[in-house]
Amino acid sequence: MADIVAPAYRIIPIIPALKPGAMENVRSFVANDKIQTAIGFPGQLVEDWHDKAIAKMGELLGKYRSLRVFMDACVHCGACSDKCHYFIGTQDPKNMPVARQDLMRSVYRRYFTLPGKMFPALVGARDLTKEVLDEWYTYFWQCSECRRCSVFCPYGIDTAEITMAAREILDSVGYGQKYSNEIIGKVHRIGNNLGLPGPALADTLEGLEEDVKDATGIDVRFPMDVKGAEVLLITPSADFFAEPHIDSLIGYAKVFHATGTSWTLSSMSSEAGNFGMFIGNYDQLRAIAMRIRTAALELGVKRIVIGECGHAWRVAYSFLNTLTGIGDGADANDRFAQMLQKQLDHRYKQPSHICEFTWDMIQDERLTFDKEKNDKHIITFHDSCNVARGSRMGNYAGGQFEIPRNIIRAVANNFVEMNPATTREKTFCCGGGGGLLTDDLLELRVKGALPRMEVLQNVVDEHSVNFMATICAICKAQFTKIMPIYGFDRRMVGGVHQLVSNAIRLGDK
Amino acid sequence: MNTLFAILFYLATLVFVVGLLQRIRLYANTPSPLLIPTTPAPVTQTGVVLRMTREVVFFESLFKANLWTWSMGWLFHASFALVIMRHLRYFTEPVWGWVALIQPFGMYAGITMLLGLCGLWARRLFVERIRYISTLSDHLMLVLFICIAASGLLMTFAVHTDVVGVKNFFLGLMHLNIQSLPASFALYVHLLLVSALLVILPISKLLHAPGVFFSPTRNQTDNPREKRHIAAWAAKFESEK
Repeated sequence: MADIVAPAYRIIPIIPALKPGAMENVRSFVANDKIQTAIGFPGQLVEDWHDKAIAKMGELLGKYRSLRVFMDACVHCGACSDKCHYFIGTQDPKNMPVARQDLMRSVYRRYFTLPGKMFPALVGARDLTKEVLDEWYTYFWQCSECRRCSVFCPYGIDTAEITMAAREILDSVGYGQKYSNEIIGKVHRIGNNLGLPGPALADTLEGLEEDVKDATGIDVRFPMDVKGAEVLLITPSADFFAEPHIDSLIGYAKVFHATGTSWTLSSMSSEAGNFGMFIGNYDQLRAIAMRIRTAALELGVKRIVIGECGHAWRVAYSFLNTLTGIGDGADANDRFAQMLQKQLDHRYKQPSHICEFTWDMIQDERLTFDKEKNDKHIITFHDSCNVARGSRMGNYAGGQFEIPRNIIRAVANNFVEMNPATTREKTFCCGGGGGLLTDDLLELRVKGALPRMEVLQNVVDEHSVNFMATICAICKAQFTKIMPIYGFDRRMVGGVHQLVSNAIRLGDK
Repeated sequence: MNTLFAILFYLATLVFVVGLLQRIRLYANTPSPLLIPTTPAPVTQTGVVLRMTREVVFFESLFKANLWTWSMGWLFHASFALVIMRHLRYFTEPVWGWVALIQPFGMYAGITMLLGLCGLWARRLFVERIRYISTLSDHLMLVLFICIAASGLLMTFAVHTDVVGVKNFFLGLMHLNIQSLPASFALYVHLLLVSALLVILPISKLLHAPGVFFSPTRNQTDNPREKRHIAAWAAKFESEK
């Protein structure tokens, strides 16, 4: 670990030359028997993995139109080939989105298409051997499912969909990843990704109330399991104790306090993140999401608000209505969804992002700020990939870009943008998303951060930027870890609500 | 030779139509259980239609990705579309007005089509990344199109074919009445390759043409909070409760 160094910045950000095999030995740890069986997967690679894997692939092709169309449609035009941060940082050609997809497409062609069955060499089809399966494991765990490639693909092919399918196939034959599957086990067993049990969580929240009281002299509450509260806040569990995440949690609490909103956390559902999406497993995705539904029904809340977390917001915004009925517009005879939708207050979008909540309050003039409290910061904003490309905010296209920036401008005086080729829908992943935020992949994480670090360096040099705000728990954890390797101060990274927290006026309301 | 080409075209057309329809049915019948439109995603159905139109007509995403690939790719596809439309004159009597109108443009489109194809092939041959991802079939596909374009251009501008005879042959085919085909080597090559193309389309990457319309990241409306979207296989989990 100590020998991992940051790759050099490119002098001109041109497309790097290929270094075949550069990352073939960087593999995340494989899940052991106990981790696998705890969430219903085979403990180790099953005897008949070949037939099982092909059968699973056939099943997924029938269940997901995305996979079916994406397997056929690629013409190898190369539009995506220079768009992946892992390719840019590692130069391994198998980290080009099209080449990553082809790891699976080659097998698809061999078993599911006529030309592949008849002339495999002609169309680049190959048998599913153990070597191919190992290659899948290596490179499908070098994709952060950030969807940048899909923005540029003329057919909208989204490598994330293919990565998810590959991981699902691997899990089904007993070849899971330790990091993600262990975390999924913890959510089911304890209620959150970090394995923080209810009593410890209560202690933490109590400690936070004292800290805020010491700092501000005001009794800001961090309520848990309060029945009949208006808002249920679901936030990534890193917010409860990790730095700098916790400063944003304090920010949310202050916003609720200053606006007089009754709110609560849930000890049972104390996790916004949903690693079920990372492994492409619908059952896990749904089971984890159902915890939020259960908590909402039990606590009888009117609104569900999600904290700063990228993929959690993608799951919440794009999938929660589908998975759990948290949303609007269910059929009148859809009893499952109606049960919850009748309870929720539809004057507000369900679920809402904490940034939507705060921005609404700012627009309603229910929050006031001392902007100069943030004057020590020259701020830039890193769009988190899953928020940027997998979700939206507000009631217009692109709200997920405008609303966080609007909040920053409302609470601080110094804001600059990074290179527009790397923000909004073209943003780069932090390098640690999609189930890769583990130390066994640190080399990949460092290299994958290269394109973001390059443009951050630009605004540091040109505008003396000293704070990069973001709204994702994984971005925050990844950047605090890898930025020192690039020579930046780890405290440069923080949440949007950390800035809100700095500037918000609590006393006069 | 007449009967041979007649049989060939009947078979190729059958494979093309049946194969394509089957594939489209497969795409249409495969559910998409989750909403996954890629940003910037339209929030209305009209927006989706506009987005798809921009994608199909102007290759919007490719334009954002790479100007060289876009210009060569667009040049080829637009020219090819013109060329196909021009060829309608061999299947209609009397020739439709707009087909007659584009006739001169369609002839020169053959040249720009060839240019676009050569540009695309050069990219595949000389750009390291693209060469790395290319399979033999990717190269052969371009060769096929290049030969179709070249043999067509040869007949248009050099060794003229009896186009009236060609038209008679195809009008005859359409009425199950086999007429004689003018004897011309270039014509034989041209028709043979075109029928090969018809056969290959439903089993190859040329499926990107129907595929793009079914791509969930491009054809979905971004409204998950406003309307519940659920696939039949996923809804079953709820009825089991």
